[in-house]
Amino acid sequence: MSQNNSIRDTLFEECQDLLEALDEGLNQIDEGERDPEVINAVFRAVHSIKGGAGAFALTELVAFAHTYETIFDEVRSDRLILDAPLIKTLFRGADHLVQLVEAARADTDHDAEMYQAILSDLNAYLADNDDEEEVEFEPMALDFSVAIDLPAPETSVFTIHFAPHEALYKNGHDPVFLLRSLAELGSTEAVLDHGDLPDIEKMDPADAYLKWSITLETSEGEGPVRDVFEFVEGLCDLTVNKEENPASTEESPVLSDEIQSEESTGQEESRATAIALNDQPSSPAKAETSPQDVSTRTGSKPPSPSLRVDPDRVDRLINTVGELIINQSMMAQRVSQLSQEQRRDIENDLEDYKLLARDIQEGVMAIRAQPVKPLFRRMARIAREAAHATDKLVRFETSGESTEVDKTVIEGLVDPLTHMIRNAVDHGVETPEQRREAGKDETGTIHISASHRSGSVYIEIRDDGAGLNRQKIFDIAVAKGLIQQSAELTESEIDNLLFLPGFSTASEISNLSGRGVGMDVVKNAVIALGGRTSIASKTGAGTVFSIVLPLTLAVMDGMVITVADQTMVVPISSIVETIRAETDDVHNLDAQGRLLSIRGNFVPIVDVAQRLNLRVEKNDAEQVFLLADTVASGQTALAVDAIHDQRQVVVKSIEAAYGRRVPGISAATILGDGKIAMIVDPESIVQLPDVARSKDTPLFSKELAHECK
Amino acid sequence: MNASDVVSDDMDIELVAFSVAGLKHCLEITKILEIRRWSAVTALPHAPAEVLGVMNLRGAVIPIYDLAARFELGDTKPSERNVVIVCAVGDKSIGLLVEAVSEIITVRKDAIQATPDVQSEATRDCIVGVISIEQEMTRVINIDFVATEKSVERV
Repeated sequence: MSQNNSIRDTLFEECQDLLEALDEGLNQIDEGERDPEVINAVFRAVHSIKGGAGAFALTELVAFAHTYETIFDEVRSDRLILDAPLIKTLFRGADHLVQLVEAARADTDHDAEMYQAILSDLNAYLADNDDEEEVEFEPMALDFSVAIDLPAPETSVFTIHFAPHEALYKNGHDPVFLLRSLAELGSTEAVLDHGDLPDIEKMDPADAYLKWSITLETSEGEGPVRDVFEFVEGLCDLTVNKEENPASTEESPVLSDEIQSEESTGQEESRATAIALNDQPSSPAKAETSPQDVSTRTGSKPPSPSLRVDPDRVDRLINTVGELIINQSMMAQRVSQLSQEQRRDIENDLEDYKLLARDIQEGVMAIRAQPVKPLFRRMARIAREAAHATDKLVRFETSGESTEVDKTVIEGLVDPLTHMIRNAVDHGVETPEQRREAGKDETGTIHISASHRSGSVYIEIRDDGAGLNRQKIFDIAVAKGLIQQSAELTESEIDNLLFLPGFSTASEISNLSGRGVGMDVVKNAVIALGGRTSIASKTGAGTVFSIVLPLTLAVMDGMVITVADQTMVVPISSIVETIRAETDDVHNLDAQGRLLSIRGNFVPIVDVAQRLNLRVEKNDAEQVFLLADTVASGQTALAVDAIHDQRQVVVKSIEAAYGRRVPGISAATILGDGKIAMIVDPESIVQLPDVARSKDTPLFSKELAHECK
Repeated sequence: MNASDVVSDDMDIELVAFSVAGLKHCLEITKILEIRRWSAVTALPHAPAEVLGVMNLRGAVIPIYDLAARFELGDTKPSERNVVIVCAVGDKSIGLLVEAVSEIITVRKDAIQATPDVQSEATRDCIVGVISIEQEMTRVINIDFVATEKSVERV
């Protein structure tokens, strides 16, 4: 069944694209777009999902998609008006469709309750429509002359000849499903022609011998009829003949646009009513034209040509390019050791080599890069849902949708952004009444933007709400024991209290934000991506959350340091500043704990060598510190032996090679001299037990050993 | 347990023989990717004693194990004369520090005798069998065991 599985995989990959197309279309509709082509595109997307799901007998998905597409069928034939409540329902339906597809892919159960609820919401529209059909029909009929795709009240009769090829069966299709789909369109009468069946001795069970002649009486046009066979195009001989209806002067009132555009190239043939989709499937010329047929069918704009590549291949390529960069810096190091005389000529070439290597690297990274648009679309939906749940009016704006970010970064941004958007709606934007009182537009605005700036990606979430209530934040922090009542904090320090773990607790879980997870989770998620967050807020005018992210996770800007004779790298993103301290800036707190005073503030000192178990004795001589900003313990001075330079390093996983996590270390990199250097993870290093402090306790080594796993 | 299981008993297999803490060990040649001279490695923080560190092998990060320490035969003092045997364990590569590689031996599969019932758990886990060649015993090591989690008290 492995072939079946690969077909299944392809189906779900296609579903992914189709769901994106669906979302795209819904968003256009939400923005007021009523172009029939957009509605058709949505219809087709859902229809294709249904078709694919049908092939794998995913009955619930098929049933849901069917109801969903029926709504769009009603819409495109103007029997149903796309108003705000319907669009909202459609968005919910689309969300559920995503879940159904995911559940089907993972072969898990979906949320049956939600399924029923949304399905009945959708059905309500269809039922409504039935009730009102009598009333609505008449006024609609007035529009008959202008509305090109208004359905003809009369039915038409199609004669369909369908002869599957061997390949149709091999690809996992089943004529039964196709015939069933046809039957859904109207009343059918199928006649099986088994005249080609050879004697039983001569029969090849894998070959195709059967043909069908189907007479279909339907109110649908030729488009939907042909759509039934969309997935088997090229895998069968198919003719669809429409019997001329003497009563109708119009060629076919229901012809959907895609068919018309297809036929515009050959109006004569289309009048002749018989189009052989594929007379000679084996002919190469025919095979060449068929993809074009598909493209005219599946969208008004031909989709931009793209390649589907196994991500592993891209990752391998990225790895190799990483080697190239390392190799280049190794050569640069060798060359710099040559005498002036020797290196004069080679240096120019080396510079070119460096530029080329960077170009290749950027090119390869770009393969993994994806625009943030789908992510922003998803956030738009979340904002809508949140606004609905809180009865607030919110306009969601985006800019920089085409900004490209590494795929992994985009995936890692979903959760933090979801939190931030929900927070912005829930806590940022005021209720319409409050806004009116404050003299603002009743509808609040949430603006999310993405941009590239000096090798980083900036994402900003801006709301025009009331701004942070600093007194309230301060009070909560005191109540939760995070700060002392007497603490004097600057405005930005108060703002940053939001990011403290424990600021938001599980007791506050609301349906909307699904909270209990606070902003510290957001901050952690962003840090895990090598980024950082910041807040700016102005009372009455709103709040801005900014996220700065690296363009890619495969390459990182790092500070090269020495710790206990080992060269290591600390990510620049977590370093606030480097400090060369005077002896009297270091203060002993107790026997082991020491503090560093920075412009009057005391921050705890963490000896990196000790925490990493590389040196037990305290190094009193050290006076070089990296001030790191950590979630777990705020600003911390990391004591190191020396700071060298700042450079871009290629990140290599240690866990993958070694099979376990190394405490305090996030990954490794290869330096110019070919040596491996550890990349320090400041976040985890400050949480490691201090070796010197606990060396006398026998329990310790065991605990640590567990940590080594 | 061992890939050599697929070889029928009367077929010859080749093993690379090397010494660990003065004792003769061997490993099937098909598991070995390459043999390199020892060069300094980067220490892994909080690593158990038998993990010497990681080495850069043409861009790949490879953990290096001291076989002597792993087999609880004391530590090998890494020097220029020692060699690292790079071998494949599953989809990973690991390096084994040994004193020296001596020869390639060819034996019939059924010449490998099951490990005699010994007390030491470490020995039983590390060795899949022994081969007797000219009165000398050679231990066939269990490479899959080397990279597995070590008992915690050796940190």
